[in-house]
Amino acid sequence: MQGYYHSVTLDEDKCMGCTNCIKRCPTEAIRVRDGKAYIIAERCIDCGECIRICPYHAKIAVTDPLDAIDDYRYKIALPAPTLYGQFENLTSIDSVLNGLRLLGFDDVFEVARGADFATEYTKYQIKHTNPKRPIISSSCPAVVRLIQVRFPELISNLADVQSPMEIAAQIAKDEFSRKHGVDIEEIGAFFITPCAAKATSIRNPLGTEESSVDGAISILDIFGPLSLVMNKDDNPCTTIGLRKSTLKGVGWANSGGEGTSLDIASYLAVDGIPNVIKVLEEIENGKLSDLDFFEGLACVGGCVGGPLVFENNYVAQNRLRKLISKIEDSEPIDRKEFNMALEKYDWKFNKEILPKPIMRLDDDISSAIKKMEELERIYADLPGLDCGSCGSPSCRALAEDIVRGYTTEFDCIIKLREKIRNLAREFGELSDNLPTGMDRSDTGGLKHED
Amino acid sequence: MTVESNAGVGMVHSYQIEAGNFTKAGEAASSIKRILRQLGVDANVIRRVSIAAYEAEMNMVIHSIGGTIQVAISPQVIVFKAIDEGPGIEDVNLAMEEGFSTAKDWARELGFGAGMGLPNIKRCSDDFRIQSEVGQGTYLEARFLL
Repeated sequence: MQGYYHSVTLDEDKCMGCTNCIKRCPTEAIRVRDGKAYIIAERCIDCGECIRICPYHAKIAVTDPLDAIDDYRYKIALPAPTLYGQFENLTSIDSVLNGLRLLGFDDVFEVARGADFATEYTKYQIKHTNPKRPIISSSCPAVVRLIQVRFPELISNLADVQSPMEIAAQIAKDEFSRKHGVDIEEIGAFFITPCAAKATSIRNPLGTEESSVDGAISILDIFGPLSLVMNKDDNPCTTIGLRKSTLKGVGWANSGGEGTSLDIASYLAVDGIPNVIKVLEEIENGKLSDLDFFEGLACVGGCVGGPLVFENNYVAQNRLRKLISKIEDSEPIDRKEFNMALEKYDWKFNKEILPKPIMRLDDDISSAIKKMEELERIYADLPGLDCGSCGSPSCRALAEDIVRGYTTEFDCIIKLREKIRNLAREFGELSDNLPTGMDRSDTGGLKHED
Repeated sequence: MTVESNAGVGMVHSYQIEAGNFTKAGEAASSIKRILRQLGVDANVIRRVSIAAYEAEMNMVIHSIGGTIQVAISPQVIVFKAIDEGPGIEDVNLAMEEGFSTAKDWARELGFGAGMGLPNIKRCSDDFRIQSEVGQGTYLEARFLL
């Protein structure tokens, strides 16, 4: 389990063994075997595409239930800015934050504020370390994992900055422990998440040994209880001044929010994993040489399109836009505050992000070449329909699975039918060949016709 | 794409490239990249081969009347060849200069024709050679050591 924990999992009872998910998966991480889907843990990047496509809702994202916060004496909520886009006619972010307190959290620290710090830190890095261009945002964990699996050549372009969620958790716990004089171990920080990939990042962090976040509660799970309590407390003394994030920080929920915050002229924001793949290919081909910053987000619209949100992504995007235009901006993080944070925290990756060479056929290149020849030979012989009936996502993937020894070419129903037809023909021919002395039928044996 | 085995020590993948076909342009480079990744070739080498293959493929789509791209892979070396059927390059030395391009306006409008293609391929490879004859075609070979 350790090393390959995933939030995205299969509910076997619900799986009908159809082929929708295998064809949608961007890393070809799913096979259907014995009538059920099977996720290859090493390949899964937790993007959630299969959750969206599964007609039987058999793909699920494991997150923590709301009562998991009771495992900690002190509880802090870390709401993703996407949460704000779920409510109709929201006029203040404070009412959402206060609602979280009414649900049992002792404190709230906005991930949008974490994003404000991440923005400042990225700017600081660009100024002082002159990173390789284009800098590729490391905010979307599904995209970072996609790069590990499919674009290992681009790992060195990743922005060397912890995610807003991690930054928020570090500051929130540190401030709370100092303010109230309590031990950090007694504080549980819970991310209110739109996405499965972030939930995975808590157990299986990227760029750090251990996450400062203690759990993830999905927006889907918290939306109902939160809506119920939100409007019950109109006391202005408790609901004012909780929000500290800037509007740019809140804007990170939408695609392009990060690029806008950075004030970089040449940035490109792309959302939806097939689109991200296309642009990463172009970057890999050296085509986008005039680009300074690339923001790739796995979900359509950005985090508002996460698989664990309540509201339609376009609606949520529009609500956030409206909210941002309506409310006043907060003070940006000033130089003094940022310098103090720089002294206290290290927001660079403290664990290297390594390629995941799971596509490789063999560790030894000579053997890999032999296997590749075999793969090409098998592939040329397959029908090329990419129907998925064999349980592999394409004919090429089946050829790969055969070479790896996981299956045989008779998983291909076309190949199997061919084999049966040949057998039937042989049967016919054999029965025709009875010695004439023994043949008593009028027809002279079973005639086979093509 | 066709594949041949090369006496067990390597294999050759071939791709037909059509002149002016931008819907297919880049597919050979993508396929080569995927193969190298499955073979476990070093990421840095893959990046250099990718750039060279993409530039050569685009050159062929834009400038030539069509041709073939071949990549032969052995445990020691990747040999990449781009062989087209014409029209050939008048002055190869000039074509190798950065910023020189004979790309027509339509290609420039598509963002090509910066005159960096051939110099880029040379820069990415460990060994580079090019021969061309007007009316005959161009032979480009780039080697990458493993």
